[in-house]
Amino acid sequence: MSVRRLAKDQPASFAFAPELSDQVQWWIAKFPAGRQQSAVIPLLWLVQKQEGWVCEPALRVVAEVLFMPVIRVLEIATFYTMFQLSPVGTVAHVQLCGTTPCMLRGANDLKAVLRARIGAKDHCSTDGRFSWEEVECLGACANAPMAAINDYYHEDLSPESLGVILDGFASGHPPAPGSAIGRQGSAPAGEPLTLTDPALYDGSRARPLGGLPNAVAAAQ
Amino acid sequence: MPKAKVNGVEIEFDNGMTVLQVAELAGEEIPRFCYHERLSIAGNCRMCLVEVKPGPPKPQASCALPAADGQEIVTNSAMVKKARQGVMEFLLINHPLDCPICDQGGECDLQDQSIGYGRDETRYEENKRAVEEKHMGPLIKTVMTRCIQCTRCVRFITEVAGVPDIGLISRGEDVEITTYLDQSVASELSANVIDLCPVGALTSKPYAFNARPWELTKTQSVDVMDALGSAIRVDARGPAVLRVLPRTNDAVNEEWISDKTRYACDGLARQRLDRPMIRQDGRLKPASWGEALALVAARLKAAAPDRVGVIAGDLQDAESMKAALDLFGSIGVTSLDCRQDGLALGDGPRESWLFNSTIEGLEHADAILLIGTNPRLEAPVLNARIRRLWLSGKTRIGVIGERADLTYGYDYLGAGASSIATAIEGGEFADAMKNAKHPAVIIGQGALTRADSAAVLALSANLAAVFGVVRDGWNGWNILHTAAARVGGLDLGFTPRAGGMTAAEMTAKGGAELLFLLGADEIDLGQSDAFVVYLGTHGDAGAHRADVILPGAAYTEKSGLYVNTEGRVQRGERAVFPKGEAKEDWSILRALSDHVGARLPYDTLDQLRARLFADYPTFGQIDYAPGSSPTTLDLTALGARGPVLDAPFASPIKAFHLTNPIARSSVTMAECAALASGLKLAAE
Repeated sequence: MSVRRLAKDQPASFAFAPELSDQVQWWIAKFPAGRQQSAVIPLLWLVQKQEGWVCEPALRVVAEVLFMPVIRVLEIATFYTMFQLSPVGTVAHVQLCGTTPCMLRGANDLKAVLRARIGAKDHCSTDGRFSWEEVECLGACANAPMAAINDYYHEDLSPESLGVILDGFASGHPPAPGSAIGRQGSAPAGEPLTLTDPALYDGSRARPLGGLPNAVAAAQ
Repeated sequence: MPKAKVNGVEIEFDNGMTVLQVAELAGEEIPRFCYHERLSIAGNCRMCLVEVKPGPPKPQASCALPAADGQEIVTNSAMVKKARQGVMEFLLINHPLDCPICDQGGECDLQDQSIGYGRDETRYEENKRAVEEKHMGPLIKTVMTRCIQCTRCVRFITEVAGVPDIGLISRGEDVEITTYLDQSVASELSANVIDLCPVGALTSKPYAFNARPWELTKTQSVDVMDALGSAIRVDARGPAVLRVLPRTNDAVNEEWISDKTRYACDGLARQRLDRPMIRQDGRLKPASWGEALALVAARLKAAAPDRVGVIAGDLQDAESMKAALDLFGSIGVTSLDCRQDGLALGDGPRESWLFNSTIEGLEHADAILLIGTNPRLEAPVLNARIRRLWLSGKTRIGVIGERADLTYGYDYLGAGASSIATAIEGGEFADAMKNAKHPAVIIGQGALTRADSAAVLALSANLAAVFGVVRDGWNGWNILHTAAARVGGLDLGFTPRAGGMTAAEMTAKGGAELLFLLGADEIDLGQSDAFVVYLGTHGDAGAHRADVILPGAAYTEKSGLYVNTEGRVQRGERAVFPKGEAKEDWSILRALSDHVGARLPYDTLDQLRARLFADYPTFGQIDYAPGSSPTTLDLTALGARGPVLDAPFASPIKAFHLTNPIARSSVTMAECAALASGLKLAAE
């Protein structure tokens, strides 16, 4: 995890888009009066939804809206790695999991693809459309290797399928999220490999019960 | 009372105490970095680990663990020793080994505790982390690589100072203490974080690389920068005062002092008057003591006593004022005044000009009305106490006067004198005052130094009477002074005798013919055509206008009594000698009395004090504040009814850092003032 600091180049100002202001009020209204600052994480998230990243003027806007010191907002924005403190790709931001299960399943090959197609880690591509970063476990180990691209998980990746997905984003037709090899959720790839004996399901393995657990005590 | 065993010794404790407090009660020393009695508990340094039974078989952080009946607390077992060594080793992993060039060296908690509780060597071989320098303003120097993330500074500035400017950003190994985008800390109490910092991460910028603590002569004294009389320690080396630190005095300043108290001390070495001077041909020329005193005596003898005026300044000790009273009283001078600002108090009972609830007693107040005062500027340490009351949720605060950011919320009742009458009539806050068990009013100089002050005083007294501010066992009639010498002067009766002129009349055109300024710099002398004698310490307003300068001693250069706003007499001690040929103020007056031919009947300070105590018994009660002792204060007798002005109340303090000659001579204070006025401009 790199040192998290605000980006050097910042926009002059920030304002919530009109269509987001309802959501801002909705989040604030969830908390009792005087406890508005509880809405700081959702609001920062809305900022990131709108801008793609969290800029410095936005911290001041959030602090003002929630009546809290701006240093407290900065503390939160720098604490949580889900908040991007510098601009990310306008088309796609790839968060590639590099933790052990994904690494064992080929995340390092995916990194090579990303480096080749987008550029260095934590930086935008030269056209500003793509960026990528390595993140810690995203909790989809059964579908390793995987990456979160924008809001969705793309799983069971290979260097080839990742390339296809990036092509899709580049051409404006992003592929559907989920498994790249057609698995249903995290069900076994292809067809089931265990519990395949039909006898398990036709009742022939059933045996009469000798007695229910704890039945002795109940009878007495 | 519940009982616990500490290292096998049974001890009783109060409910709600933590394991750390119980162990301390039993006399055991628990090392700690993040825990501080006056701050909230963070529990993040882990240095206070102890063994507690019953409980999980592992060391526990005693600062955050509530003590329970029947607990066994062990602080000296092998497990505890090993745990402390482990914590210390972790803390030192990223702490640089730069003690030889660190200003904290010699008074560093980490240094001391690593000797006491740490291992003798490190097993860590990786690189240490480095942290970028931060900027926190002209007072706080940062070396953030030394920071151990105890967050005491964050908690102090958020909780006590109420100006949440410092924060802990990022996480894990990368956490850093910083202000938002390296802005300066905008609190009047900011430099207290330097004392709180257990390591050398936050150190004093003006004092950087000046001295080691063991080289300094430490003198316990009393502050004169505001009227609270905070307990201070003056650290000097040779003739120079190098720094001022707070001492603990729970009755006044707890253990905080304002930035002005702490950093005005470099003004003690600048702009000093170090030899007598006489104005010749429009220029001040050095003279001998004999010449200067002879000239003053000749002028005094030549002038009619009723055309002589004496004004005492805001930093004056009681002894010199007493000597001046005796000297000028004996030659028939009636125009004496210690109220340069024209304060409308001084001829009633003593209680009428005191902070009667006492500063510590204010903690009982459940409703406080501030009239014409901005305590954040006038007494920052007191303001921190009011903020704590407000945080407790039990005290409601109302304000008539400036609508300033006081670091706490308040009911705003109006800007000027007319609002005092409407505040009585009704409203939520009036109900709160009426229903309060211990209501208090705090009246500032902003309300009592105007042309309509007598009427304002009468209105305020009426309000206090209606709300029952003075009642059995409680006196909430509080005057907040801004001058350290003021209460002492009023107690001495340093006010015009019958037929005498007030300070304003003395300095008006055609007022006094001879003006004797006892360190008085806060009064406009532009209109005066008097022959001006200035006895004081700094080349400030008074000295610029003076015809004769008699160089005196500053508060660190003489032993003197000061009476704070609550009427507490406190003794300041001499830390260094007066500069150059300067003498202690009382001895100059004693020498002058010889030349005048009205010799004062004391040759030593002790004789003078004996005389002072005999004439004014309250001065003999050192460190005693009368407080809410049975009161005879008749509120209805205060002030005089009359028309009031429309102008809103304004605090007499326009620039917090520049309120007296010492502070105005200080480079550090000038930097702070420039910064503060810039902040104000930016805010507007």
